[in-house]
Amino acid sequence: MNINYTLFGQMIFFVVFVMFCVKFVWPPITSAMKERIEKIADGLAAADRAEKSLELAQAKAGEDLKEAKVQAAEIIDAAKKRGDQMVDEAKLKAVEEAERIRTAAEAEVEQQIAKAREELRSSVATLSVAGAEKILGETVDAAKHSEMLNKLSAEL
Amino acid sequence: MATETETFDTSAYISHHLQNLVYGKLPAGYEREEDGHHEVLEHAEWTWAHSSQEAADMGFNALHVDSLAWSFGLGVVFCVLFAMVARKATSGVPAGLQNFVEMIVDFVDGNVKDMFHGKNALVAPLALTIFVWVFLMNFMDLIPVDLIPKIMEAFGIHYQKIVPSTDPNITLGMALGVFILMLYYSLKVKGPIAFIKELSCQPFAPPTKGPAIILAPLLIAVNLFMEIVGLLAKPFSLGLRLFGNMYAGEMIFILIATMFVGGLSFWFVLGGLLQVGWAIFHILIITLQAFIFMVLTVVYLSMSHEEH
Repeated sequence: MNINYTLFGQMIFFVVFVMFCVKFVWPPITSAMKERIEKIADGLAAADRAEKSLELAQAKAGEDLKEAKVQAAEIIDAAKKRGDQMVDEAKLKAVEEAERIRTAAEAEVEQQIAKAREELRSSVATLSVAGAEKILGETVDAAKHSEMLNKLSAEL
Repeated sequence: MATETETFDTSAYISHHLQNLVYGKLPAGYEREEDGHHEVLEHAEWTWAHSSQEAADMGFNALHVDSLAWSFGLGVVFCVLFAMVARKATSGVPAGLQNFVEMIVDFVDGNVKDMFHGKNALVAPLALTIFVWVFLMNFMDLIPVDLIPKIMEAFGIHYQKIVPSTDPNITLGMALGVFILMLYYSLKVKGPIAFIKELSCQPFAPPTKGPAIILAPLLIAVNLFMEIVGLLAKPFSLGLRLFGNMYAGEMIFILIATMFVGGLSFWFVLGGLLQVGWAIFHILIITLQAFIFMVLTVVYLSMSHEEH
């Protein structure tokens, strides 16, 4: 075994390389590794959170859908009701209108009858005067017999 | 079988492989033998060792240039590779090299968190540096033993040991670095008084009252001796364990390589199979030794952060 200056040379190299490692090698590598650990932990936490919020969103969407279905059913019901109501109203109106038209027509007919009767009545006086004139052979003074004529027409 | 022109000297082959490339100081009056001619140095001189004998004669005033160069180069490989990833490190999806680096960093960080209970931002990067650097140095063992020395020889460099961790200077250099950190943190965290108390009042607690108090200095002396031996044993065992394992592994590679002598034969094929087998087994050893060096460093530093 021959110990010589090589020993001190190696000690100097040892110090140099260890210092280099302490300064330039160890800190960047370990800090990068630590950072990555944090990143991964954050990522996993974020994934957990996302899963949870997805579940919440799904639940909410389901609820919304249910509500929407109920509302739609309600709307359809209301529309049906309203439709029925409108049909009923229309029917009622039509019946009323028919009634109205019928009464108006009846009234008209009545009026026509009355008018005809009136005409007939007035023409009865004239006709009876003319008939009487024919029978008597002379003119009948209408004014003189008006009382009798009126009585006659009233009897009609 | 072809007759060999040169007889193969197995022990020379092995010792050549175990010789570092040495640059050191030869003393004045040293006699150098070179290519048959004789030379006497007038002054002490820093020069390349031309033989194992010269390297040995340089003693302490020498540098293992190959060990240092490979060690430095592998350290630079570690730093460049990891700093490149660190510079572009993203907290997003990591790709390719970053995955690999993060795997190692995570592994080291996990181990440090398990074993080190004090608060010190230095320990984890220190452990990472040790683990990767020692692994890379050990990994050089898996490169065929003759490959790089032969290439170097073509460039006129006659000695080359490419596995820095088979050089006790390298492993003890790191272990002493760790030892200095241990002492520093012991003094800083526990305080000098608590540290000395820890060394002197264990394992035998000296009596504080009664007539037995005269025994206290003796017990303290025994404690101090035992604890200091224990303390010093830590860096030496740390450095020598790695050195021993890697040296033995390298030695086996070299020994198996001697079977390649004599051309293609049964021994050549067997040697090839053994090299592959040992290399596969050695993958486990180099990783394990790097890991053990790192773990013990962390444990020792953890001990110097613990207050009793």
